[in-house]
Amino acid sequence: MKTIQDCLKERILVIDGAMGTMIQKHKPTEATYRGERFKNWHTDVKNNSDIMNLTQPLIIENIHKEYLEAGADIIETNTFAATSIPQADFDLQPFVYEMNVEGAKLARKAAGQYTAQDPGKPRFVAGAIGPMNKTLSLSPDVNNPGFRSVSFDEVADAYYEQVKGLTDGGVDILLIETIFDTLNAKAAIYAIKKYFRETKKNPLPVMISGTITDASGRTLSGQTLEAFYTSMMHIKPLSIGLNCALGAEQMRPHIEELSYIAACYVSAYPNAGLPNAMGEYDEQPEETAHFIEEWARQGFVNIVGGCCGTTPDHIRHIAEHVKKIKPREMPVLEAIL
Amino acid sequence: MGIKPYLRLSGLEPLVVRPETNFINIGERTNVTGSKKFARLVRENKYEEALSVARQQVESGAQVLDVNMDDALLDGEKAMQTFLNLLQAEPDIAKIPVMIDSSKFSIIETGLKCVQGKCIVNSISMKEGPAKFIEQAIICKSYGAAIVVMAFDEIGQADTLERRVSICEKAYKILTEEAGYDGQDIIFDPNIFPIATGIEDHNNYAVDFIEATRIIKQKMPLAKVSGGVSNISFSFRGNETVREAMHSVFLYYAIKAGMDMGIVNAGQLVVYDEIEPQLRKLCEDVVLNRNADATDQLLAFAETIKAKGKTEVKDEAWRNTPVEERLKHALVNGITDYIEVDTEEARGKYPKPLDVIEGPLMDGMNVVGDLFGSGKMFLPQVVKSARVMKKSVAILTPYIEEEKKKNPKAVQGGAARILLATVKGDVHDIGKNIVGVVLGCNGYDVIDLGVMVPADKILETAKKEKADIIGVSGLITPSLDEMVHVAREMKRQRFELPLLIGGATTSRMHTAVKIAPEYDQGVVHVLDASRSVTIVGSLLNKEQKSSFLETIGHEYTKLKKDFGAKKTVKQFLNFADAQQRKTKIDWDNFAPVKPAFVGTKVFEDYSLSEIAKYIDWQPFFIAWEMHGKFPQILSDEKIGKEAKKLFDDAHALLQQIINKKWLIARGVVGFWEAGSDGKDTITVNAEGANINLEFLRQQVKKAEGQANLSLADFIKPSSPGSSVPFQDHIGAFAVTVQGIEKHIEYFQKNHDDYNKIILQALADRLTEAFAELLHEKVRKEFWGYAKNEKLSNEELIKEGYSGIRPAPGYPACPDHTEKYKLFSLLNATENTGIVLTESLAMYPASSVCGWYFSHPESKYFGIGKIEKDQVEDYAKRKNMPVAEIERWLRPVLDYDA
Repeated sequence: MKTIQDCLKERILVIDGAMGTMIQKHKPTEATYRGERFKNWHTDVKNNSDIMNLTQPLIIENIHKEYLEAGADIIETNTFAATSIPQADFDLQPFVYEMNVEGAKLARKAAGQYTAQDPGKPRFVAGAIGPMNKTLSLSPDVNNPGFRSVSFDEVADAYYEQVKGLTDGGVDILLIETIFDTLNAKAAIYAIKKYFRETKKNPLPVMISGTITDASGRTLSGQTLEAFYTSMMHIKPLSIGLNCALGAEQMRPHIEELSYIAACYVSAYPNAGLPNAMGEYDEQPEETAHFIEEWARQGFVNIVGGCCGTTPDHIRHIAEHVKKIKPREMPVLEAIL
Repeated sequence: MGIKPYLRLSGLEPLVVRPETNFINIGERTNVTGSKKFARLVRENKYEEALSVARQQVESGAQVLDVNMDDALLDGEKAMQTFLNLLQAEPDIAKIPVMIDSSKFSIIETGLKCVQGKCIVNSISMKEGPAKFIEQAIICKSYGAAIVVMAFDEIGQADTLERRVSICEKAYKILTEEAGYDGQDIIFDPNIFPIATGIEDHNNYAVDFIEATRIIKQKMPLAKVSGGVSNISFSFRGNETVREAMHSVFLYYAIKAGMDMGIVNAGQLVVYDEIEPQLRKLCEDVVLNRNADATDQLLAFAETIKAKGKTEVKDEAWRNTPVEERLKHALVNGITDYIEVDTEEARGKYPKPLDVIEGPLMDGMNVVGDLFGSGKMFLPQVVKSARVMKKSVAILTPYIEEEKKKNPKAVQGGAARILLATVKGDVHDIGKNIVGVVLGCNGYDVIDLGVMVPADKILETAKKEKADIIGVSGLITPSLDEMVHVAREMKRQRFELPLLIGGATTSRMHTAVKIAPEYDQGVVHVLDASRSVTIVGSLLNKEQKSSFLETIGHEYTKLKKDFGAKKTVKQFLNFADAQQRKTKIDWDNFAPVKPAFVGTKVFEDYSLSEIAKYIDWQPFFIAWEMHGKFPQILSDEKIGKEAKKLFDDAHALLQQIINKKWLIARGVVGFWEAGSDGKDTITVNAEGANINLEFLRQQVKKAEGQANLSLADFIKPSSPGSSVPFQDHIGAFAVTVQGIEKHIEYFQKNHDDYNKIILQALADRLTEAFAELLHEKVRKEFWGYAKNEKLSNEELIKEGYSGIRPAPGYPACPDHTEKYKLFSLLNATENTGIVLTESLAMYPASSVCGWYFSHPESKYFGIGKIEKDQVEDYAKRKNMPVAEIERWLRPVLDYDA
């Protein structure tokens, strides 16, 4: 079986689109989220997508299949916020490990079926490691800029538990994504390194995907793109890229910059345009695909897909548009100055 | 394409150490062991001031910041964490990478947990054996840090050349083979020890360091070499002159040998070439250990010099330069203090007064133009330069006039002439004024016709004054049509001048699609004042003009084509279907709140100091083409300094406006019973007479379950015929800030565009702030539907409140003509003095009006494009001809009308 590294040498790989957008299409209610298992839980759990790995596995599995059907090579587990810090809002910390294991298994199962159908196009599962509602570089209190609502050790411990769950559930890749505070992501890297050091398992490849939040071209925690990448280099990532916050049109200059400086593969999965006045994404699949095709032609990217507002239709168009285009060539890593 | 194995570090910004990179200064003053002042500030918990030490290091050129909290009286971990956390909130400091410096590894690890960038750890070593060394290196690596390795092992600190080199080699091997380190992330510190101590063994320390550096760099070319430079001169404590000279000489040779970076007092390095020659020679003798008596000689010499205290004096040295230089200095730095004397002096020196303008003044302004063009000066500085220029020209003008009388043929203004105007019906001119100043600064003769200028007056003046270029500006949407009209007229009258288009509602797209096709002698959209210079330059250059216009022409044709092609992407509902898909509000279970009064309430002279508290400063900076979030912009690394100056100047003027009552804030709010017809009409009970307000509805096809919005959706439907036909209310307001004219005139008379533009921008800000303040009062008191609201000014600016205040002519209700009804309901002209122009702009320019909606689901939105069926229905409701409605709504039509 080909590894992801083999596939990346051959072609541009497609990663799936939005999970949240697809879940919302089911118009889930409080009862949907609770399912049978948490029907008497003492707090509301609405909008906690990650709990659905335990309560609505079929919905999640079917979303994975829709994306696989559309042509995604990589699907992301539904574990974006499955860490003890955000889950504390729902008092669900004891179930975090299980959410990750089950989330990984659901994706693994769906991907396995599609790989079996066409072993020439193997499908990979990326364990999604998202940001948190508490950040390490920013103070939530404007009057006390030195204050932090959480410590590095707490964040690293939370990610450690997630990494363990994802790995036990059988993911192929770990994907730290939507990074708006680099220090949180550094804590995730710290946890990953520690996990593989302690368990002596073979380290999984790690994908890194940051988020540029505004026109200044910086992350929310204030770093320029190159500074951000520099802060992430020590995990020796499989890929570095950007997702969320911007549509493809706005993301282009940043992806172009990354394609010049990255010593690894480059990934990009933008939102379906910018939200309209109503907060909805209305960029059509073919529009998104056109932008991404142009990046591919320029040789900027190795992995492409979609974030907020994108659907299987977007992924189908993107896959179709980049199918025959050569991937960005890996730069030569020189040994001498 | 290759990627080199450079040492890459980061703060908020990257720092890449390339072979051609100069010596990297690591700021040492944020080190409690080296700086008594910093130690005291940290001990006394004065972190604000401690941060200013860091800032001073950055400003003096430090590229990495060394932070050390090793003090017996301090809780080192806590001090490190507190300081680094605070530092992260200071972008002008946090932009550079941090060197976390401690002899205690627990303090180092605490520091690593606070910094998002790629740091340097200073330091680890093999003094406790290889096992501990590897363990610490792996921990540093898991935080992604580069490391300084001190030449130290179980035997002790390396003090000979051989031991320095062999320890470093051993460490390099261990780190790269057993700890996963890349060679470029390893930095050696081969120990800088004091020299000239009087102990003979110490005399060769500097030479050994320099030689060790040379060998390490040869054997391990990826690794870097660093060191604490001030150690070298430790025996000359108290004699800063000698110490600085020693540092400079030492670095001169160490850098040549390959030293990459060093911990230095970034503000105090003297230039090697500028050291007094005798001192330099003596320093070289001790550093290079060239003669046995070197130490004694340097000591003897040191006695003869007193370390001179460096006092801050305002630098007036420029006053001693020739008058041309002085004028240039005054222009570049915006100093008006001496302009009269200097102008007079130059007038005496040059044969004709005009020569002063065309000579030194223009030379100075050219420098300003170049600096501005290359991003080294910012708009507020340029406007200050213009103030200097205008003052000087004003002094010269009477003499030039006199000369003209004597010899009419001798003086002919050679500068190209540019005519600027805000179009008919529009009153907004801050942007246009700025363009005028910037062009004036670049040597053009600018004729500004002011605001509300009809097309025929623009064209007539252009002919009479022999203008070379016409520029028109506008802010409100009807002005776009007026610009099309100007273009058509220019074509009809066979003009050959280029036409420039600018202002907030204008765009490249609109210019390409609507204006450029009307006039074929060149129409160019100008995004902002800084672009105006290059565009005007290209248009006036005979060689460049045609190719420039050709390029623009191609661009616009393509835009127009794309625009035409793009239109098919969006799908529209027919209007009846769109009305069906209105916002679903459960009115049966909603009881609208009744306002405290019905009718109007007038505010004659509202307290400006109250209003000032509600100012949103961000648009103020945008007016000055300084883009960025407020207040972060004040500490922005690039424009922060100038932004801060501008902010201070604006504050001073604001204080004057308030104290001397330069301006008067007037306003009116009103509430009336109202009900909707379930579609797009809101009927208002205005003292018994019903007035219908007409609204538009989004017509673009949206996803299932998403409403096509109209503001009318947010008012409860009326029940005609019942005893209480209207069960809801609507509100409206109009506010203005008056009295600006005579102050504008005053500044104009004093050639002070800088303060004139600040004043205009402040008047706009005050008006918006007044609207914000009144809206808050409406929510909490007059309408009272959110009595317990508690929002900060930031939250107000982000529109965190319930209910909205959309203005006719803006995205949710783009029809300006509804303003007539709003004005009549509020009796606004009588109550506030605001008048409507024929384009329905409000005069004075600093005026705002709008409707109030209170329903919690009401929100701001854009109508987007609409179709002909809606326009026809709307025209019928408003009893206006379709063609006239189409004229007013042109920017939102999805079809060509």
